[in-house]
Amino acid sequence: MKRESRRMAVFTRRGLLIAGAQVAAFGALGARLYQVQVVEGSRYATLADTNRISTRLIAPPRGRLLDRTGQPVANNRQNWRALLIAEQADDVGATLDAFARIVPLADHERARIERDVRRHRRFIPVTVREFLDWSDMAALEVNAPELPGIVIDLGTTRQYPLGPALAHVAGYVAPPSEADMGEDAMLALPGIRIGRAGLEKYHDLALRGRAGAVQMEVNAVGRAIRELVRQEGAPGQDLTLSIDATLQQQVIGHLGDESASAVVLDARNGEVLAMATNPSFDPSLFDSGVSQAQWIEWTNNRRAPLINKAAAGLYAPGSTFKMVVALAGLEARAITPTDRINCPGYLDLGDTRFHCWRKGGHGLLDLHGGIKNSCDVYFYEVARRTGIDHIAAMANRFGLGVDLAIELPGARRGLVPTRAWRLAHGKPWNMGDTVVHGIGQGFLQVTPLALAAMAARIATGRAVQPHLTRAVGGLVQKGAEASDWPPLGLPERELRAVRDGMWAVVNEHDGTAPIAKLPLPGVQMAGKTGSSQVRRVSREQREHGFKSENLPWEFRPHALFVAFAPYDAPRYALAVVVEHGNAGAAMAAPIARDIMLDVLARDPAAPRDVPPQRLAGGSAA
Amino acid sequence: MSVLERRLIREPSFGLTAKVWQINWAFVVLLCMLAAVGYAALYSAGGGAEPYAARHALRFAFGLTLMLSVALVDIRFIARLAWPAYALGIALLLLVAGMGHVGKGAQRWIEIGGMQWQPSEFMKLALVLALAAWFHRASWERMGNVLFLLPPAFAVLVPVALILKEPNLGTAVITAVVGLSIFLGAGLRWWMIGLALAGTAAVMPVAFAHLHDYQRARITTFLDPASDPLGAGYNIIQSKIALGSGGMWGKGFMQGTQNHLNFLPEKQTDFVFTIIAEEFGLVGSLAVLALLALIVLAGMAMALRCRNQFGRLVALGVSVNFFMYVFVNVAMVMGAIPVGGVPLPLISHGGSAMIMAMLGFGVLMSAHVHRDVEFATEDG
Repeated sequence: MKRESRRMAVFTRRGLLIAGAQVAAFGALGARLYQVQVVEGSRYATLADTNRISTRLIAPPRGRLLDRTGQPVANNRQNWRALLIAEQADDVGATLDAFARIVPLADHERARIERDVRRHRRFIPVTVREFLDWSDMAALEVNAPELPGIVIDLGTTRQYPLGPALAHVAGYVAPPSEADMGEDAMLALPGIRIGRAGLEKYHDLALRGRAGAVQMEVNAVGRAIRELVRQEGAPGQDLTLSIDATLQQQVIGHLGDESASAVVLDARNGEVLAMATNPSFDPSLFDSGVSQAQWIEWTNNRRAPLINKAAAGLYAPGSTFKMVVALAGLEARAITPTDRINCPGYLDLGDTRFHCWRKGGHGLLDLHGGIKNSCDVYFYEVARRTGIDHIAAMANRFGLGVDLAIELPGARRGLVPTRAWRLAHGKPWNMGDTVVHGIGQGFLQVTPLALAAMAARIATGRAVQPHLTRAVGGLVQKGAEASDWPPLGLPERELRAVRDGMWAVVNEHDGTAPIAKLPLPGVQMAGKTGSSQVRRVSREQREHGFKSENLPWEFRPHALFVAFAPYDAPRYALAVVVEHGNAGAAMAAPIARDIMLDVLARDPAAPRDVPPQRLAGGSAA
Repeated sequence: MSVLERRLIREPSFGLTAKVWQINWAFVVLLCMLAAVGYAALYSAGGGAEPYAARHALRFAFGLTLMLSVALVDIRFIARLAWPAYALGIALLLLVAGMGHVGKGAQRWIEIGGMQWQPSEFMKLALVLALAAWFHRASWERMGNVLFLLPPAFAVLVPVALILKEPNLGTAVITAVVGLSIFLGAGLRWWMIGLALAGTAAVMPVAFAHLHDYQRARITTFLDPASDPLGAGYNIIQSKIALGSGGMWGKGFMQGTQNHLNFLPEKQTDFVFTIIAEEFGLVGSLAVLALLALIVLAGMAMALRCRNQFGRLVALGVSVNFFMYVFVNVAMVMGAIPVGGVPLPLISHGGSAMIMAMLGFGVLMSAHVHRDVEFATEDG
């Protein structure tokens, strides 16, 4: 018994010791709980709120693009789409099978859906099919019980009612790239689009609007449980363009199948009434992503459908440049309107002979005759007397070779060379260069937009700049009034002499473009043809009866025409460039005439207090 | 015959009614309270009686019946089952090592009767019984004999090694500590304990090198949870946020944001304590901690009141086991020790753990009911 009691005594001692240790351990746990829950409690409470509250953005509707009459040229189309929420589907494959029995799914669509499902968390909706029509939607709704996980949802996509006709001006929208994501948190939202080209890109921030925010209580995997606070955003601002949608379509129609562009301006304030480029593309294709085949087709097409030829196509102005040369000569006192220059058919400069386009020459010509006949020798001589730097300065004043600040990303300024420019490129300027530039060839590069601006400036004597935006969010932009634009500072007498030459081109029977004469009583158009060489014509070719029509298409010269009307009170100016269209008179002048007829009939720059009914009647006339 | 000796000989009159009278009903009430806390926590975790709380109650009812039945089984009969149970435990451990289900990266489960069982749970109880049986007759003098101590030491190390191999670090450590506590209660010399602890400390670096990657990750993220906030450190961080945001009074029953927004992983099992702490605050968590401490101390008190060595050691082992579970689990959710798959007994959701815990309490209560029976012999 003694032994047993000893054993028991040891056990009792040690048991109490262990119990004491256990109490101490519980005390330590309790102290630690006090530390975590009370002492550091507020810090953890904040962390818990950070955990549970998530701020989500709501995409605002993108602003519309409206033409000058208020007709939408880019708007948001309701897009009924079927989405799949994977976690609500028992079996994604089975749901898709059932879906495909109602609305057929192509193999590649199905592959894309399954890929999206794998990539996203299971509560994030994945697009199954967009642009459902009513019959599909009805069928899907009826069969909803067999389609677990499928929800029908209303989204928006960008729609361009004019389609390809205005694609280069309106531009297009596309999902933002990774690189865009940093700039605006809103861009991470599903379905958001940003402007990728044209006005959609230039005015993207105004069109985009400001995202609204919702504070959501979320669970650990980020799913929204309930809404706590909502802050409305601002919808994107509507943009009113100077473009007249009807006219734009008419102009596109006049370009026919040619690889061509045309720009129609309100000559008094520079508003772009139409800016047409052919061929074009369907801007809505970018909304959901362009297929690789389509992209390759566009980029390999030598007619370059993606390029806005009106604002980014560069051409030698050819004879359309002669008005600038004449005005430079007049200002430099190198010529007067009545000075006569003899054209024997060529000009010899050292041992180089520069030919006139007319074999045998024009004989004695004054400024009027020089422009009317587009005599090359006359302008070789004017340029020789005036000098390239003076010509270049005058060209710049007419909007050539300068940044016109048109609201189109990718627009180009072209090139008007000077002596300094030539020297910077390694060679001294020589007189032969000057002579060649006198007829708008050489290094000269201009856009049809700049040519239209030039025509408008000649017509009005004001430094109007072409622009596309009339109003942003209802706020009228500066530049709508003629008085917003400063005068060019050229004597009216000299401008009138040049306009007179342009009038003769069209309206005198022996002008270079009588075909462009308007068949209207009392309204006359003044214009100038141009032909822009793509390849230098060699002497041998010339001697062997060279005809540009026999060249391969891509080596034929471009056909140009600039014009304004009415002659006595100019309101409209235009430029037409037909790529590889050979002679300006034959190709571009009739197009310009037809466009101007439509412009005058529609008269889009007429005051807006005219009731719309009368406008509609006018366009039908 | 002293009063003491008379009380020892209870045999002829110790019938079923007397045994039921001897059951420590206060202890049963404590366990019921703990199970009720578990019901509430799981009710909140599941957002209603389903899916966790109702099953928890059902299991507890079954476990309670089991415990009370075992409590009435003669402790001497249980002692005879000690070594067979130990052999079965080892066999089951070898079985899971061979073919156990792979659950959460570890082979620790075996399916019997539609339930997933952890043989290591059973092993711990069997080890307690086996060690108690071994030391039942050991006199104070024999406890100084190293040769006598080698077989039980071996009996501890084999299952510990097998459990480590599963791998289940938490349970292995608990098993080792439970084994050590029985050695201690049986009268192991202090210098030997010092030697054993020193030896353990010496092999620690080697053991760390043999740990699985995820176990090592737990230890390193425990040291610096922010190093991997969405990976291995996520549990610790979210659990601490739940605890801390509970504050003094808690967010209210069913109002825990961490709990209901699913920021807490395994909230119904290993991290169930965070629900209590988040929703009932420091007041609630301390109350539950006090309840757990009362259960541990009641178990220790029953051990001290036993008049036979086997009963004492069994009661001690079961109590220490329960204590270790509570300590490791609560310290784990507070981020005080590395995370390991150790549930909070009678509160965490999980069938087999509950049954095994109640079985253990059954043996403890049997030791208490039979604390005065003629079973006190000492050899040598």
